[in-house]
Amino acid sequence: MLSELRTMWEVLKHTFTKAETVQYPEEMPYLAPRYRGRIVLTRDPDGEERCVACNLCAAVCPVDCIALQKDTREDGTWYPEFFRINFSRCIMCGMCEEACPTYAIQLTPDFEMCEYDRQNMVYEKEHLLINGVGKYPDYNFYRVSGMKTASKDKGEALNEARPIDTKSLLP
Amino acid sequence: MSELMPVILALTILIGGVAGAAVLTWFERRLLGVWQDRYGPNRLGPFGVGQVAADMIKLLFKDDWVPPFADKLVFIFAPTAIVVAMMMGFAVVPFAPGMMIIDVNIGLLFFLGMTSLAVYSVLLGGLASNNKYALLGGLRSAAQMVSYEVFMGLSLIGVVMMSGSFSLVDIVEAQTDVWFCFSQILGLFVFIIAGIAESHRLPFDLPEAEHELTAGFHTEYGGMKFAMFMLGEYLGLMLISCMIVTLFFGGWHGPMLIGHWLPPFFWFSFKVFVVICFFVLLRAAIPRPRYDQLMSLGWKVMLPITLVNIVVTGAVLLWMEGAA
Repeated sequence: MLSELRTMWEVLKHTFTKAETVQYPEEMPYLAPRYRGRIVLTRDPDGEERCVACNLCAAVCPVDCIALQKDTREDGTWYPEFFRINFSRCIMCGMCEEACPTYAIQLTPDFEMCEYDRQNMVYEKEHLLINGVGKYPDYNFYRVSGMKTASKDKGEALNEARPIDTKSLLP
Repeated sequence: MSELMPVILALTILIGGVAGAAVLTWFERRLLGVWQDRYGPNRLGPFGVGQVAADMIKLLFKDDWVPPFADKLVFIFAPTAIVVAMMMGFAVVPFAPGMMIIDVNIGLLFFLGMTSLAVYSVLLGGLASNNKYALLGGLRSAAQMVSYEVFMGLSLIGVVMMSGSFSLVDIVEAQTDVWFCFSQILGLFVFIIAGIAESHRLPFDLPEAEHELTAGFHTEYGGMKFAMFMLGEYLGLMLISCMIVTLFFGGWHGPMLIGHWLPPFFWFSFKVFVVICFFVLLRAAIPRPRYDQLMSLGWKVMLPITLVNIVVTGAVLLWMEGAA
């Protein structure tokens, strides 16, 4: 009985506390930069697509909402021929972002993706690509990777040692 | 004029009761919001009052569906019964001196009878739905209301002894100097709890406990028939509040010294408002008890308290009579 009275008193004291509600459409709630919302494809600092079409995101996706096809540019770099995310399937789990080896696919703090037509929820590459670097401003995959491209040979990447001649005995 | 007064008042109560119950749905949600640190419905109109109209429109335009497996006649009759019974209960409520529909010498018994009739609505609604959850809800309400009916009646015996009348006007007049909430504190305590159980509101809403019985006795109800149940529940809340004020808090009498500053009707409605707020606070604060806890609270705590109250009140009255 006493505990019930005390409960009622504690609840009554809340008459004078402020409501916690954020009145959403008028007042936007704060979303952390790492909030998992709409997925984007970012570009490296040089303005090139980061995605190398490795398919890891599509493989890890638990609802299989990502589809893409690899293609090779004339300079030897890889890129997705098409990249499609079906957002009506996507559960914003962020596993694609974790799997991505080039920081290309990233989730953004934007959740306002309502559509009247389900077909409009399927985003193609031109809808996904942004003109920015996202959360990793300095990262450029082809500058640090050992892969040979038209602009650099093997061993010329940042922090990379020269390739070792395995057939020579010289130090 | 004096013959027309009850007719006008009856119409006012009919319209005012329905409108009051509708506004109460909004008011309760806002008040619960205040106590739970949120806003509640605040979008439509000033302070969200337009929510009432929106809810009404929605309920009115719903398909008036009767399940094919239900007992049609009883299914339709059940929601009407609770509204009619609760509305009838308002006939004996003295709002202010001379401002009541009928002053019968058994007003208190009439009120108890009408609230007892409301149990048929819940019971028949649960039975006619032909649904396990609804049947369990009806079953619970029958057991709950029948047992709490006992203490509800007995808790008022003290009031009747002190005022010497079953007429509600006489009871209010007997409280001119001292309200019965002081001398009949045990009766008040039991009556409040029995009143909540009788109008099956939280924390005693076991007939419709939604996490156990989906919606209890009104599982199969929708649209305006569901709205009738809700209307009955809110009318019951208002009726119980009116009776608590009438029987224990001096009815239309204002508090000492400042009671004459404002009209009696103001004091009555103000006190009813406070009691309704108290009921909403109970809903906001107290969790629902288990069913066996509810029953044992009734028979093992409430019944002894009322019996002690009756014996002590009787003894004190006899002693005072002997002393005088």
